[in-house]
Amino acid sequence: MDSIRLRPLSRLFLALSLFFASVGSSFAQGTATDPSKAGVAPGATAAAAPAAAAGAPAGDAAAIAAGDALFKGNCAQCHAVNDVVVGPALGGITKRRPMSWIIPWVKNSSKLVASGDEYAVKLFNQYQKQQMPSFQLSDAEITSIVAYITSEEGKQGQKTDLNAKSGDQAAVDGTAAAAGDEAGSSKTMNVLLIVLVVVLIVLVVTLVIIANIMKDVLRGRKDIDGRDLEVIDQRFDFAKIYKSTAVRGIVGTVFVLAVLYETIQGAMGVGLQQGYQPTQPIAFSHKLHAGENQINCAYCHTSVYKSKSANIPSPNICMNCHSQIKTESPEIKKIYRAIERKQPIQWVRIHNLPDLAYFNHSQHTQVGGIECQTCHGPIQNMDVVYQYSALTMGWCINCHRETPLNTKGNGYYDNLVKLHDSENGAVPFTVSSNGGTECSKCHY
Amino acid sequence: MQESPKYWKGIEELENSPEFVKNALTEFADFLPVKESHGTSDATVAPRRDFLKLMGFGLAAATLASCETPIKKAIPYLNKPEEVDPGIANFYASTFFNGQDYNSVLVKTREGRPIKLEGNPESPITRGGLSARAQASVLSLYDGARLQHFAKKGAKIDKDQLDQEVRNALAGAGRVAIVSHTIISPSTKKVIAEFAGRFAGTEHVMYDVNSASGLLRANGGVIPAYDFSKADIIVSFGADFLGTWLSPVEFARQYVTNRKVSSEKRSMSRHYQFETNMSLTGSNADVRVPLKPSELGEAVLAVYNSVVGGGSASSYTDKRIQTAAADLAKAGSRGLVVSGSNDPAIQTLVAAINQKLASAAVDVANPSMIRQGDDAKMSNLLKAISAGQVGAVIFYNANPVFDHPMGADLAAALKAGKVRTTISLNDRLDETGELCTYAAPDHHFLESWNDYEPKRGYLSLAQPVITPLFATRQAQDSLLTWAGNPTTYYNYLRTQWKGVLGGDFNKAWDKAVHDGVAMGSAAPAAPAQTAAALDANAAISAIKSAPKPSGIELAVYEKIGVGNGADANNPWLQELPDPVTKATWGNYVTVPRAYAVAQKWEQGDVVKVTVNGKSVELPILIQPGQAAGTIGIALGYGRTKAGKVGNDLGQNVLPLLTMRNDAISYVASATLAATGTQEPIAQTQTHHTIMDRKPVVQEATLAQYIKDPKEVTEYEKISTPDGLQKPNKVSLWQDYEYKNHHWGMAIDLNSCIGCGSCVVGCQAENNVAVVGKQEVINRREMHWMRIDRYYSSDAHKSDFETKGKLDTYAAMEDPSENPSVIFQPMMCQHCNHAPCETVCPVLATTHSSEGLNQMTYNRCVGTRYCANNCPYKVRRFNWFSYYTNEKFETVNGHMFTDLGRMVLNPDVTVRARGVMEKCSLCVQRIQLGKLEAKKQKRRPKDGEIVSACAQSCPTQAIVFGDMRDPESRISQLLRREDGERAFHVLDAINVQPNITYLTKIRNTETSEFNA
Repeated sequence: MDSIRLRPLSRLFLALSLFFASVGSSFAQGTATDPSKAGVAPGATAAAAPAAAAGAPAGDAAAIAAGDALFKGNCAQCHAVNDVVVGPALGGITKRRPMSWIIPWVKNSSKLVASGDEYAVKLFNQYQKQQMPSFQLSDAEITSIVAYITSEEGKQGQKTDLNAKSGDQAAVDGTAAAAGDEAGSSKTMNVLLIVLVVVLIVLVVTLVIIANIMKDVLRGRKDIDGRDLEVIDQRFDFAKIYKSTAVRGIVGTVFVLAVLYETIQGAMGVGLQQGYQPTQPIAFSHKLHAGENQINCAYCHTSVYKSKSANIPSPNICMNCHSQIKTESPEIKKIYRAIERKQPIQWVRIHNLPDLAYFNHSQHTQVGGIECQTCHGPIQNMDVVYQYSALTMGWCINCHRETPLNTKGNGYYDNLVKLHDSENGAVPFTVSSNGGTECSKCHY
Repeated sequence: MQESPKYWKGIEELENSPEFVKNALTEFADFLPVKESHGTSDATVAPRRDFLKLMGFGLAAATLASCETPIKKAIPYLNKPEEVDPGIANFYASTFFNGQDYNSVLVKTREGRPIKLEGNPESPITRGGLSARAQASVLSLYDGARLQHFAKKGAKIDKDQLDQEVRNALAGAGRVAIVSHTIISPSTKKVIAEFAGRFAGTEHVMYDVNSASGLLRANGGVIPAYDFSKADIIVSFGADFLGTWLSPVEFARQYVTNRKVSSEKRSMSRHYQFETNMSLTGSNADVRVPLKPSELGEAVLAVYNSVVGGGSASSYTDKRIQTAAADLAKAGSRGLVVSGSNDPAIQTLVAAINQKLASAAVDVANPSMIRQGDDAKMSNLLKAISAGQVGAVIFYNANPVFDHPMGADLAAALKAGKVRTTISLNDRLDETGELCTYAAPDHHFLESWNDYEPKRGYLSLAQPVITPLFATRQAQDSLLTWAGNPTTYYNYLRTQWKGVLGGDFNKAWDKAVHDGVAMGSAAPAAPAQTAAALDANAAISAIKSAPKPSGIELAVYEKIGVGNGADANNPWLQELPDPVTKATWGNYVTVPRAYAVAQKWEQGDVVKVTVNGKSVELPILIQPGQAAGTIGIALGYGRTKAGKVGNDLGQNVLPLLTMRNDAISYVASATLAATGTQEPIAQTQTHHTIMDRKPVVQEATLAQYIKDPKEVTEYEKISTPDGLQKPNKVSLWQDYEYKNHHWGMAIDLNSCIGCGSCVVGCQAENNVAVVGKQEVINRREMHWMRIDRYYSSDAHKSDFETKGKLDTYAAMEDPSENPSVIFQPMMCQHCNHAPCETVCPVLATTHSSEGLNQMTYNRCVGTRYCANNCPYKVRRFNWFSYYTNEKFETVNGHMFTDLGRMVLNPDVTVRARGVMEKCSLCVQRIQLGKLEAKKQKRRPKDGEIVSACAQSCPTQAIVFGDMRDPESRISQLLRREDGERAFHVLDAINVQPNITYLTKIRNTETSEFNA
């Protein structure tokens, strides 16, 4: 009850001091847009980054693109191309070992070690006898991963630069830079506004002081007549303003309007959880995993490309790494405890869609090619996850109206695109122009 | 031109009783007993104070609710199974067999919970079809009335202690009997044999509630496998082979194969049905002849004399029997005679006729195993039990106290302690189980491993799809444990199958489990055919010497839904309308109209039916087509220990039956007496009347169809300035061009047999609520899909010239003693010019760019204008919160408890009170299919996206698909049938439905039947 009563009041002050509010909100906007426009590196999708192939001499673009996705989905947790992470850096792997060795190693490394292969045993011992898990990948898939690695070797310098930077700035590529420009311009605007405000205040104060001095000077002179004296001695009657119907009317109207506005805003916000940031039973940090270690989202959220649910990872996925890494951390010990006691971890659900709305992750990620960050915000910067988007129907619909369909290379849409272009080619082929705002696309 | 038979939906419509007219005008009852519980005298006035209190409370509650955001948990697996992904359904092949029906199924599971069964297209027997009972069996898994632990005298007991006590008791028991319904599992039989080896003096007695003992004896211990697709002339003597006889799903598919017509194939089988009650099969017959049960033997004899010859003269003289016999003789090996009688004499003659015809449709070499019950053995055992000669009895999913005619004697014997050790393996403490000392409840079939051999050479596997919900144990494991064999039944089964599957066993086993079916035969070998019990002459003299009944003859039959009563606690089955009577929730006495008129009885009057001094009191239902001088009562009702849903519905008619010729006789002489009381019967039809316009259903004779396929369907034309035009040429609206998909459905009335499988399939898929008897009576059932059943009358408009208009119209309303019947599945027609869409004040129902009429529940405010404006009456209003209102806790219990809710489809909203709902054309399946195609960067393939009703249809009468795709089955079908059989219901009102029907063709060249 309290929060309901208090919130409109506190905001009321804000609304009344319109001037400061506008400055404040422009600040807020500035900071809010910043991270969302910034880096998308950890969330690269399966279909992402064909551009990476541009400078690569070896292998064709498709294989590299496929390899990119496979690498991020399977290898990136323990390997980087140019850095030693858990396992060795993979750059130059083709020079070190032949494909005839790499393929059996990836498929079943322990078998190779057990067979007494010299290089394998050496590698095994060198990395604290930590076993590389077996991967059910086809030969072609492993080849494409290697093709991707080879293509990435060339970008060594650039990559290391990027890796050197931490967290927020890690993924400054072309778009991020552009976003930075935008953010910068809005910042200058704010500074300009503040300076103006200060100048204005100084001006007002100076003028009042000057007026008072003039008055004092005039009062000291005897040669002024009664009418002028009247002007000088005129005192500002605040009661008059207070009692004036016009002023009362204006203030009253503004007050009523402000209350009304806030009430409506408040009512619209009922049930909205934007910004909801509950404390989780385990202090898992997306910033550390997705941001700094650049683990692909789909490594833990295994079904995000194939199911409606993105799947909160089960502890056995944590154990892929944490059976070896940071085993002494009190937070990780909570996972061990859960496994020992056979009690699943009860995470607090942050994104709650109402039951009446059907949402499918794979539709958006796999088919639509949308980045996780588009809806979930700068997840790679979040130590504690919060709800970034409003998740209201208006928010959904708006995006469906504005977003062009990801039709490229998808046989499903070929004919539809042709039809659309022949009829109104100038208008983009959006989700809603393909029926994406119809009721039973989400409600059934 | 087609004759226009007049169809009427029930006696009420025929008579145009004032009540019917009133109901027809108001789809929704005026009297809304929502305040029944209130109990105040001024129930119609809401007091002002109450109103204010409610308002105040509502405001406070809303405010409070908006302050506190409930914390929701997201709990992942602790150790995620590899094949389970939240949100993705997995399908596992399994087998449904409940002692009477065999169905090979695919189990749809979500996050490890079975939520729906679908037909297994791999099965050579059921071929993707599914019966209503199999559809509903998934709900029985989550039945809270199942016994959830081992018990001794009803109290919980430790499993090991029970095993110890049972082993000790069995060791000194002497004669041990295992009583079960038919078991078609070779491995289970082996387990029982092993058990018998351990405890000498063990006998295994099988019996069937709807017994085929007579058929078995007449065919030397086997049941022939029938193939109705190989028959051009089918003569059935009371065999309800499309509904309840032996293997209806298999037979329905075969039957319809030979009855689908097109302008290229203008031929179909002809089906004669001689029967007492109006059965599902009879209502599909080309020629249906009502006869008394006592005439059945003579009728078969007449055919025997005509086809085989040599018998003494038959006293049955109806000329249609001669036509049937002549047709049979002409058809030769393409003829088939079947009978549902349990009289060995009748079955002997039937077998002799088929043999003489050398019928290609009868296969005795690879017999069906589906009924093995031996009535004589069972009654001997029950006599021995009453005499105290049996030391121990194990009831294995058998409930003879309820479902055997001698059940009362058995109950008395058990109560008197005539058997020292009594063990029940039944899944609940039913009528028999509660009289037993020990209860070791069996798993549900979805929790079990098992194998089946429904027909020799055809094997089928069942695999568990969920961890057992309760502390139960598979019956075979119990038997193995007591026999001292430490292996689990799973290993036992695998060992058995090593002898069946050749090659690499593990690979072959995996394939068999994956497919659910395999070819081959498992040991122990099926019983070989022996000499028949009777020869034809003995059979004829038995028929001749049969006692002539006096008075009214009772014929006991089985209903499609509840069947033998074992699944009585399944609300889906209880609410499934009987295909013919459209009655739900209970049984009744079907009486011929003339008899009811003579007795001055009305529908719903309770009568006392007395047979041999035993009696039941049930309401009457006037049944057109019921043979004169007969009545019918369904078995399977009157349970007292089934659970909250199934208890005390109807009366148990089985105690009225007696044994004759060592087989249970399902007919008897009865006397009827009025009791003066009334009990309403919850019928679903006559509630939703279609506007009084023609044509709604269309039919023609095969002769007309052969002459010119373009003349069998009547298309209405509209007068325009340019002359007569098709209705769709005149339109108020701008037509929309479908660019992407245009979903549609075609329903072949010639293939639809009205079995109701689609109704339950739809209910399971779409979380349709069960409303219970009283709400069905209030005309508020929620089924999205219904099957309209129309009776035809004899008069038609061609009599105008001879009889005059007035007299013809009067004749059209004349009762028909034996009407022909048409079934018409009816659901939302997804009109392109939908009348419902234009009247919704809040745009809750709109049209999609793929042709679907969308219903948005969260936008609906419940004005019901749409239902009012719907010409097909297919919209359903949620009068209650069926998932929280305690009034529905019994019937709709599965939406109340966490256990029951596991069956709900998580992709479909459970509708709240106050909103409209209706068929969505399974939009969730469409969306899923499209998404899968998009993920694979291609267009959806035809047949990939199927609605739940089309999936379950045993006869493939429903074709669903994309009408924009020129190669889809539906497009081809509509192109082919355009101008021939394809028509829209109520075409003249030009709502342009996306559902198309195909005219029914009846194989009767003369018009004596429908004219």
